[in-house]
Order: sequence, then structure tokens, then C-alpha cells
Amino acid sequence: MIRHPFTGLQQCGVVRKLGMALRRSLLWPLTALLAAQLAGCASDSGSGVQSQKMATINGRGKLVCGVDGKLPGFSFVGPDGAYTGLDVDVCKAMAAALFGDPGKVEYRDLNSSERFAALASGEVDLLSRNTTMTLSRDAPGGNGLSFGPTTFYDGQGVMTPVTSGIRTLKDLAGKPICVESGTTTELNLADRMRELDVAYTPLKFQTGDQTYAAYLGGRCIAVTSDRSQLAAKRTSFPSPDQHVLLPDVMSKEPLTPATVNGDPAWADAVRWTVYGLMQAEELGITKANVAEKLAEAKANPNQADLRRFLGVEGDFGRQLGLPSDFVVKSVAAVGNYGEIFDRNVGPGSKLKLDRGVNRQWTDGGLIYSPPFR
Amino acid sequence: MAALLRRIRRELFPTRGDAVLSVALLGLITLAGFGFLHWALFQARWLVIQANATLFAVGRYPIEQQWRLWLLLWLLVAATGLSWGVLRSHPRRDRTGALWPRNDRLAAVLLGVVGLWVPWALGLDLSLQSRWWGLVILLLLVRWLAGRFGRRFGSLGPRLVALTWPVLYLLGMVLISGGLGLVSVSPSEWGGLLLTLLEASFAILLCFPLGVLLALGRRSELPLLRWGSVLYIEFIRGAPLITLLFLGQNILGFLLPGGLAPERVWRAAWVLTFFAAAYLAEAVRAGLAAVPGGQFEAARSLGLSYPQTLAKVVLPQAMRVALPAMVGQFISLLQDTTLLSLIGLMELLGTARTVMANPAFLGKNAEVYLTLAVLFWCCCAALGLGSRALERRLDPQTVPSST
Repeated sequence: MIRHPFTGLQQCGVVRKLGMALRRSLLWPLTALLAAQLAGCASDSGSGVQSQKMATINGRGKLVCGVDGKLPGFSFVGPDGAYTGLDVDVCKAMAAALFGDPGKVEYRDLNSSERFAALASGEVDLLSRNTTMTLSRDAPGGNGLSFGPTTFYDGQGVMTPVTSGIRTLKDLAGKPICVESGTTTELNLADRMRELDVAYTPLKFQTGDQTYAAYLGGRCIAVTSDRSQLAAKRTSFPSPDQHVLLPDVMSKEPLTPATVNGDPAWADAVRWTVYGLMQAEELGITKANVAEKLAEAKANPNQADLRRFLGVEGDFGRQLGLPSDFVVKSVAAVGNYGEIFDRNVGPGSKLKLDRGVNRQWTDGGLIYSPPFR
Repeated sequence: MAALLRRIRRELFPTRGDAVLSVALLGLITLAGFGFLHWALFQARWLVIQANATLFAVGRYPIEQQWRLWLLLWLLVAATGLSWGVLRSHPRRDRTGALWPRNDRLAAVLLGVVGLWVPWALGLDLSLQSRWWGLVILLLLVRWLAGRFGRRFGSLGPRLVALTWPVLYLLGMVLISGGLGLVSVSPSEWGGLLLTLLEASFAILLCFPLGVLLALGRRSELPLLRWGSVLYIEFIRGAPLITLLFLGQNILGFLLPGGLAPERVWRAAWVLTFFAAAYLAEAVRAGLAAVPGGQFEAARSLGLSYPQTLAKVVLPQAMRVALPAMVGQFISLLQDTTLLSLIGLMELLGTARTVMANPAFLGKNAEVYLTLAVLFWCCCAALGLGSRALERRLDPQTVPSST
């Protein structure tokens, strides 16, 4: 049974299909009438684990994933029309876990002001859009999201020209700072500067492009954003080595995929698919050798941990409402977490970001998957 | 030559003050022109446009289905050539009646040059380049044939030509979205120029009848109809387009049960249509107000019914007055489609923004925005040219001759 989160209307399969056919046609104003007429039809029975959201996704045959779409390294469209990036790979991994096919994703480009509404209204199933996990976004009294594992630990930094002579935040007293409005970045800057008792002039802009154009145009002495953003933007500057990131990190920005609150089974499926990517890196399972590892696990009954992880024995998949080999499918599609990082934002990309705190915990980083047990 | 010199002297250097001003401005323009050329030829990196040409043209439309768009393009080009030729073969009083007037010869040469140069400059595959050459050749060939033999069909020719366009539009919709045995291509995969033109043409075509009805409603004597129209027009005109677009994208999902909300591309198209209709209604109302009341009364006293009076007497005159304002509305509608990039659709500006986010092309904003400006200019100029031709045609001084 599908119950719409807002209207509470029930829908059975027939109405859903009719609705989908109608929404593709030009006659969609009629669909509202139809929905009101047929809303009270009988419900179809779901299996034990299947969540409402997962039933919708399975019925639709593809995952709808909300991404930024315009963020270097995280999500953008390449010349061949394919979405690429770290956030996109999370969507692909999820589609591979659900359907065994990383291509069964429909991407929605969302801007920062509409992303939560899109998730709450059911427009997107999964929000993988460089979203910082915070209390107010998580709490039911706030945005009411349900966050998965953090896929990228970012932090807010400040970039200034080498020649400016600014070395710490205190040097910014009385100086104009460019910042994108409506983001946590803006709030963090205000909080931190008030804490330090440094008066500054914020120059607010609606988009990132405008912010950096103003910075390069000399309208402000510094620009603040997440350090990954600053590093990415710096590669496009006329002379990248003329700009430095201050050592101060003003905030914690754990960029985390999110689902809507109130569907714990779907949230768990997302959580453990992402953890699977991290665990795969820890176990040395890569896109290239996952088939080999699977054969090895099948052949050797003594490797119980590996067998359970790869779904050869045990019922992890069933417990989550996913196919038993969901880890194999997702790693085969996008590689393990380390491969995703390297390819999109790390040494394999133009951004050349350091792994930093995004190393595995075994190397002293923060990437840590709980045990698959 | 001497006359030219004299004219330059008279217009640019009549007094000392004017001479100084002229020299300064000419110098400035030359400097800016050279600066731009230097940038465009030596500093700009046009690879970002070359590599993403397909993305800018059709967005993420599946490659294996793109033959449908090519087919549509061939058909469009053939229909353009046909209309062009047939119209020229039916001379009117405002023209000399020549089959190839000077404007047409210029246009043919220009098309030839652009059709040869642009695909080459974009560095397309030779097979793709030859397709564009083929398109230019087809256009000129059909234009020549239609001009040569168009008169044989008499007045039937122009009427048939007028009929091809709506048919072609519907056929184009099928080719783009699928159906009738074609694989369906989800609107979320349409993009670039294709999506921009589709949204704009959809809204322009549908807002026209809606706007006329609203204008008539606003002048109606039935209070319910009048106040309904006034309320609608003032509500829409009181809200910024971007607000309405956000409403359409975000609120509809809450109001309609899950999965019943239409594709976001269609939602945006309808919002654009409803928005433009309100503005168009006011343009049409201005046109209606310009028709003297005597016209209406004369038509009624001749025994024409109300609909006949409107269709045969009042509306044709009103439309002629309202045409420039309406075309202005259409052009701004075409440019308003860029707002769709803010709600996450991949029209031209949305495509541009995602292209600029590709780490391989970071910082190539100037090249991308300049290309966008040229594309939009071409589309708007075409609309403007079309409207001026239509104005000339509707001018009672130049009604078609009886031959």
C-alpha cells in the first residue's frame, strides 16, 4: 500500500500506473480529478521488510536521485551526457544495490533552497547533494531528514590572495569578505567572527559564480566557502598559486546523503549500501577484483566474514530489503569508497584534493564502517 | 567616393566639439573591437564548446535515439525551403515579384557560409559536417524548386504550406518524446537548445489562444467572466515568474498524491504558458480597444453573429495593432526560459552551468556565456524578422494582389 506522506491518500497499482501515464501526457491537469475520484481503492499487500519508499522505487523501476548538477567533482554532466561525480556515484551505487544496474537512476538537479522540499514532497527518493548534516536538518522539528553515513568530511575555509598579507582570521578585521547567501557558510562566518570579536563586511551573492567573480574582481579581500569548493574553484583561476587557503577551519561540514524521515527501512538500505563501499575499501575489494574476491569467497567456506559481506551466505540483503549481493553489485558499479574519492575529487581528478580526514580509520581518518555482522 | 567623404564629414565632424567626440568614440570602439577579437582568436579556449556541442544542442538525449532529431531537422529544413519558395512565387504588391530578390540572395549566401563554417569550426566528425552541408543544400534546393514550380498550384500552394507547420509540430512532438512505435524518451533527458525551443514554442503557441480568450473575457459584459479574467490576469501579473515556477515544481508534489504530478518539464511549460497568457491578454486588450466601436456595430447591423463579428471584423484589426507588443512578449518569453535552469532543468543556461562545473572546463565562463548570447540572439532575431514580415503582410496597404 502506498500512502502519500502529505495528503495521506492511498493508491493502488492501477491508479499509480494511470497516474504515471497521465503525467507523461500533456493532459496532467486532469490527474488531480482522477486522484480524488479513485483515491480510496484497495491496497496491495507488501512484504515484511519492504518500505513504502522502496515499494515506490521498485514499482517505478528506477531511483530518483537529487543532486546539485553544477558542482565540480561532486556532480556535473560530461560531454557524453552522463552524470559524473562523488555525489552521483552514491546514487549509482544505490541503484546498483537495488536493481543491479547503476544506470537506473533519474537525476534531478536541485538548488540549495528547494532540496529539502523536493525530498519531503517525494520528488526525489535520495538526496545526494553535498548537504551538511546538522541537528536542525536531522530533527523531526526541523527539516526532518534522515542522514546516512557521511561521504565527504569538508570544512569551511577562507581563501585570500597571497599578496593580501592576511594570515589568520583576525587579519580580516574591517575587510570585505565574499560569501554565498542562504548557506550554512554565511551563518558560520558570522558566528565565528562574532566569537573572535572581529568586525567585517559580508558581501553576499546568490550564486557561487557571482561570489568568485566578485572575489577575482577585487571587490573583497577574501572569499569563504567549504575548503573543497575553494580548492576546486582555485584550479580555474588565472593563476592558482597566487591564492592561499588560511589554516583556520571554521566549521565541520560532513557532507552526507539524506532520505526523508519516517521510512527507516529505506534509510537503512541507503546507510548500509554506503557503508558497504567503505568496508570494501578496508577489505581491499576494488571494482577490478570484486569478481575474483566473490569467486574466492564462494570457493572457501572458511572465510565466513567475506562470505557474509559479499552475500554468499547469511541474509544481510534480505534484512535490508535488498538483493543478497547488493555489496558486490554496488562495488562492481562504482568501485569502493577510495576509488570513488580518487576518481572524482582526489589525485585521479583535476581537483587533486588530499584524502585528509577522509582517509580510512585504519590510516587515521574518519571513514569508518561499522561491522557487517 | 567624394559623396561618401562629404557625408562622413557632415555627419561625424560638423563642428570641432563633434569631431573630438567622434574621434574619441571611434577610438574606443576600435579598441574594444580589437580587444575582443584578440581574446576570441588567441586567448579563448573554444574546446569547451566543441567538446560539449551535442550537450548544448540536445542535452542528455540518448545517442542511439538522436536520429529522430536529425529526421525532424531534415523535415523542418525542407518545410522552411518549401514555405520560402512558395511565398516568393506568389508576388504581392509590396514586392517586385522577382523569384530571387536581393535579400534572398544575401540570405542564401549567408546560410551557405554559416552552414559550411560552423560545423567545421566546431570540429565535428566529417560525417556530421557533411550532414550540415546536406541540410543547407536541401534548403536551397527545395527553395529553388518551390519557387520555380510553386505557381502551378495557384492559391492552393500557400494554404497547403500553412498546413504543413502544425502537422510538422505534432509530428515533431512524437519524434522527440516517442510513441507510435518509437521508444519513449523521458523529458528529463531533453536539454540544451532542444528544450529551450520546445518550452518556448509550446508556451507561445498555447498562450496565444488563452490570451485572446482572457482579453475577450476582460471586456465581456458578464460580470462573472469579467471578474474571473481580471482576477486571473492581476494575480499572475502580481507574482514574479520565478515564484510561479517554484510553486509549480515544489508545491504540486505536496498537493497531488505521489507519482501523479506531471513531469517537471511539462509543469514548467504550463507555468510559462499561464504566465505569458496573462501578459498577452493585456496586449490583445490594447488591440481590441484600438478598434473603433463603429466597426462592431456596423458588423452586427449587417447581420453577422457575435462570433462572426469577432472572427471576421474585430479580431483581425485588433491583432494587427497588437502584433508588435505580442512579439515583444514572445521574445521575452523565449528569454524567460533561462529561469528554468534555476529549477534544475537542463535548458541552454542549465546546460551551460553544468558544463562550466566540469573540472575539465573550469573557468571557461566567458566562452560559454558568449556562445549562449549568440544562440539566443539568433532565435530572437528570427522571431523579430518573422514578425516584421507578418506586419508587412497584414498591412492593408500591401494586401495580396488578386493574381
